[in-house]
Amino acid sequence: MEVTLKLSGLEPLIVSKESNFVNVGERTNVTGSKAFLRMIKEGDFEAALAVARDQVEGGAQIIDVNMDEGMIDGKEAMVQFLNLIASEPDIARVPIMIDSSKWEIIEAGLKCIQGKGVVNSISLKEGEENFIRQAKTIKRYGAAVIVMAFDEKGQADSYERRIEICKRSYDILVEQVSFPKEDIIFDPNIFPVATGMEEHNNNALDFFRATKWIRENLPGAHVSGGVSNVSFSFRGNNKVREAMHSAFLFHAIANGMDMGIVNPTMLEVYSDIEPELLTHVEDVLLNRRPDATERLLELAETVKGDGKKKEVDLSWRNVPVKERLSHALVKGLVEFIDEDVEECRKLFERPIEVIEGPLMDGMNIVGDLFGSGKMFLPQVVKSARVMKKAVAYLLPFIEEEKDGKSSSAGKILMATVKGDVHDIGKNIVGVVLGCNNYEVIDIGVMVPAEKIIETAIRENVDVIGLSGLITPSLDEMEHVAKEMERANLNIPLLIGGATTSKVHTAVKIEKHYSKGQTVHVLDASRSVTVVESLLGSKKNQFIHDLKLEYTKVREHHEKHRGAKQLLSLKDARENRLKIEFRQEDISTPKQIGIQLFKNIPLEKLVPFIDWTPFFQTWELHGRFPNILEDEIVGNEAKKLFEDAESMLSKIVNEKWIEARAVIGLFPANSNGDDIEIYSDESRTQILNIQRTLRQQTKKTAGQPNLALSDFIAPKETGIKDYIGAFALTTGIGLEDHVERFEKDHDDYSSIMVKALADRLVEALAEYMHKEVRTDYWGYAINEQLSNEELIKESYRGIRPAPGYPACPDHQEKIGLFELLNATELTGVSLTESLAMFPASSVSGWYFAHPQAKYFGLGKISMEQINDVSSRKEVKSEEILKWYSSFLND
Amino acid sequence: MKENIEKLLSERILVLDGAMGTMIQRHKLEEIDFRLGAFENHDKPLKGNNDLLSITRPEIIKDIHRQYFQAGADIVETNTFSGTWIAQADYSLEDAVYRINFESAKIAREVADEFTDKPRFVAGSIGPTNRTASISPDVNDPGFRAISFDELVNAYKQQVEALMDGGVDLMLVETIFDTLNAKAALFAIDEVYEERGNRLPIMVSGTITDQSGRTLTGQTTEAFLISLSHIPLLSIGLNCALGANLMRPYLQILNEKADFAVSAHPNAGLPNEFGKYDETPEIMAEQIKEFLEEGLVNIIGGCCGTTPEHIKAIADLASKYQPRKWK
Repeated sequence: MEVTLKLSGLEPLIVSKESNFVNVGERTNVTGSKAFLRMIKEGDFEAALAVARDQVEGGAQIIDVNMDEGMIDGKEAMVQFLNLIASEPDIARVPIMIDSSKWEIIEAGLKCIQGKGVVNSISLKEGEENFIRQAKTIKRYGAAVIVMAFDEKGQADSYERRIEICKRSYDILVEQVSFPKEDIIFDPNIFPVATGMEEHNNNALDFFRATKWIRENLPGAHVSGGVSNVSFSFRGNNKVREAMHSAFLFHAIANGMDMGIVNPTMLEVYSDIEPELLTHVEDVLLNRRPDATERLLELAETVKGDGKKKEVDLSWRNVPVKERLSHALVKGLVEFIDEDVEECRKLFERPIEVIEGPLMDGMNIVGDLFGSGKMFLPQVVKSARVMKKAVAYLLPFIEEEKDGKSSSAGKILMATVKGDVHDIGKNIVGVVLGCNNYEVIDIGVMVPAEKIIETAIRENVDVIGLSGLITPSLDEMEHVAKEMERANLNIPLLIGGATTSKVHTAVKIEKHYSKGQTVHVLDASRSVTVVESLLGSKKNQFIHDLKLEYTKVREHHEKHRGAKQLLSLKDARENRLKIEFRQEDISTPKQIGIQLFKNIPLEKLVPFIDWTPFFQTWELHGRFPNILEDEIVGNEAKKLFEDAESMLSKIVNEKWIEARAVIGLFPANSNGDDIEIYSDESRTQILNIQRTLRQQTKKTAGQPNLALSDFIAPKETGIKDYIGAFALTTGIGLEDHVERFEKDHDDYSSIMVKALADRLVEALAEYMHKEVRTDYWGYAINEQLSNEELIKESYRGIRPAPGYPACPDHQEKIGLFELLNATELTGVSLTESLAMFPASSVSGWYFAHPQAKYFGLGKISMEQINDVSSRKEVKSEEILKWYSSFLND
Repeated sequence: MKENIEKLLSERILVLDGAMGTMIQRHKLEEIDFRLGAFENHDKPLKGNNDLLSITRPEIIKDIHRQYFQAGADIVETNTFSGTWIAQADYSLEDAVYRINFESAKIAREVADEFTDKPRFVAGSIGPTNRTASISPDVNDPGFRAISFDELVNAYKQQVEALMDGGVDLMLVETIFDTLNAKAALFAIDEVYEERGNRLPIMVSGTITDQSGRTLTGQTTEAFLISLSHIPLLSIGLNCALGANLMRPYLQILNEKADFAVSAHPNAGLPNEFGKYDETPEIMAEQIKEFLEEGLVNIIGGCCGTTPEHIKAIADLASKYQPRKWK
């Protein structure tokens, strides 16, 4: 009987000689996908499951799950995610690949899967004994294994080393462990070629030869690998990369590779590769001639120029003016816009026709390209800048004519709701809609319901769009919906912003507004289709479907209401984290009390910037710096990053903004779930009591129900513990520049400067935290961490911010600000919804205990809210609204 | 012993016994029968905890084993279906686990040794426990687990060690509705075997819950087979939930794909409205005849509702057919 690799989820997967190449889904991997990491970090397992489902639906035959990330508890996340997958038959039908460099995570994962999965990976890196022990255990759990070509001396980088290590690994597995031969999968290391270094010339060829050797000499064993690595030298030139991947796979599969991680969007059909390119690529892969690399590099220059630095190409200036306008719009070029518009104006009878004709034609192209995923948000915003400039040029001419009224596709009112100051997302949506010929009336931030309604009526708008970032804004949106109902409006209502969701919209908002339709809009790119559907001819069908969908969502929610079984507060408290505090582990801050820092040099902050969220703001998803080389968005990410760096250097050199921070370090002890903060070491005068909230969801055995107070030594221990507090901003001076750009119709720059200020304030928080750890508090004087490690938060201690998952109660900001005298010292104030103004501000607490970690509160019960209200000595009804988003109802 | 049973399997179809519970019910036992001499002062009701009878009324259990051997069974199962601390926790009898398994194995062994006409085997019955490692008992919290893999391994190890001490010839991990539980059982068995340097043959038997053809935890028959093939098995098969005729399509899959012997011990049909199984020995044998004609199985027996009369009918039939060939 032929031995074949047989894996299983709920259904079998047989990898035999006859089966095709097995494609492994790679997106449920926190090291490879920033979006997935964010979901796991935020505990949004539902979204994480959607990623897994999407991959299985997209044809992944195995899904790789990786939770190796310093910021999360990898073991807990692995267990939780695999347990959840087990209850999703449409995901669980495929086998799981448990991917980790940590043995304890691998083992924890193996304990969760009923099917036969794959461990990725083990190797001889740490010697034979370890390898044998791990292989034996894997066998006992019943899984196949990927073995890396790696031994005590290092990673195999030649044909000889590959076969030497694979043979040795195989012999040990078969002879000493009795591991089933067919369950052994080798990863003989795919390395880049055409790097310009001679010793890399054989990288692909060695892989092919090693693959062939393995398949011929190690009976039963399989070969796998991550393909995109091979074309690393040609990042930026997708055409060459795609050809390389296809040619590589062609040869690798011919030599016996039968499984691997391949991005299906980055593959050209082998037979469709242009013959010349194919020859050159294969010359490199197979190392067929000494000048192969040079020749491919040369050809690469000609096949697609997007990878290379190019001269400014002005040939487009030679085409007719209407085409030039289209070109300028699609490419986002403002340089010649005034002269082109002027030239065009003379061709038409009326100036408005320039807008309605060539300019709109150009914008339609932009809209189509964006809609079909061929353009990305930063490009669209640049296009909008061109459009706005063109329109601004024409406006005086249009106004000379009395009846020069432009016809737009519809009027959209946009506002950030009362109490909230965040507007980047709203502005982006405004720009995208503007690009699609909608007239956008943006009435700014902190807009009360009355003003929204009054403007909507006065301007006779077609759609109202509400935006907000912080959780109290959810309630404000609900309020606006109720007010709209009262005002008898029937204008469609769009809901958007980071904390909004379809479920929240369906359950809390839509039902209050019966006359018009409420729609949740996930991101800017969806806004156009939604608005088109709402205003188009199929409007009734769209609304009908939507109502049906939201009713379903509500019913589902209702069914699962109170769904989460919570522990009683008493039980949750009993299961708190019981840290054994020791006085000698606690460092005393150098100085008790508050300290103010003004005019912090911005150049000190630049190295602390975490760029990944910056790209997310622009709806480019991926981890920095890898995103710059991303197959799909890499080019746009690169351009965006260049623009960002150039503006950042102006911000820093010309001191556009001021960075200011106030920190405070105080004696503190916990008292139940409260943290008492004292004025001095006598610990008699209480400055502030932080009311922390405790997780109440049922935990798996050994996992505590956390509250921040667990990280501070209890009063009754007599141990002298401390807490830190901070409030900081980089928003001072920002408004002037935003205004300047807006005046210049330059949304791109106005969004850019805000997004950069947001990055700088986060960098400031990172910088101050480091100063506090290593100096002011000094509990980690010897800390030596790279920036990357800082961004990964691999240091001791945490800095949770009120309003975020560990302490979602925004009200705690009030006490925090009083404690620090923050408004007076930094100029940052709190709005009625307790958002910080200016927006580029951050505040929070410092906890120093080594066991302090970030967590998500999750849902809590009314019992706890009543308890908090009695601790605060206020009526629970008065504070209930602050808790609505995490009350378990 | 191992060579012995493997050799026999290639020569003829072996017969497994029938239901234990059905036979115990015939005795109309009372609370006191479950306590006699061992648990008389236990503070919880024990009636229904059939495994205890190996200790309190061993003569009844021995008689049931004897009746099955007399009916023609080659293998009887120990009275230990609930012999883990997880299952016994319902009765607060976690501490009785060793005794239950040891005594059950010992008495089955004694009865088997009474028969000298042909080899008779004792299989240590390892049930699924009453908790699932891959499904949450709480529909609203799908990530929650009432039992962990480690706890299952711990419980099964205890059971396996006592069964071996009591003298069983092989292990039967049966009525598997959650493959992860069974993986824990195999993990435990493998550990104990390694520690003792003694590898008894292992039978595993899953439960396809309905005509969807899947286990309770959603695996197809083939996925189930693949998931448990990492430890060398004597046989893999199906039992419980279905009667013989409904079990046939899934046995065909095992017949086609399994590199081990294939076993089946179906129920005496599906339960009627009073919860009783009413397929007569003749009706059941008629259906099993089809398995045998197709050459689907190597080991055949009965589960819920079957009696020595059923096993006699099955054994008579099995003797006329050739066993399934594999490898």
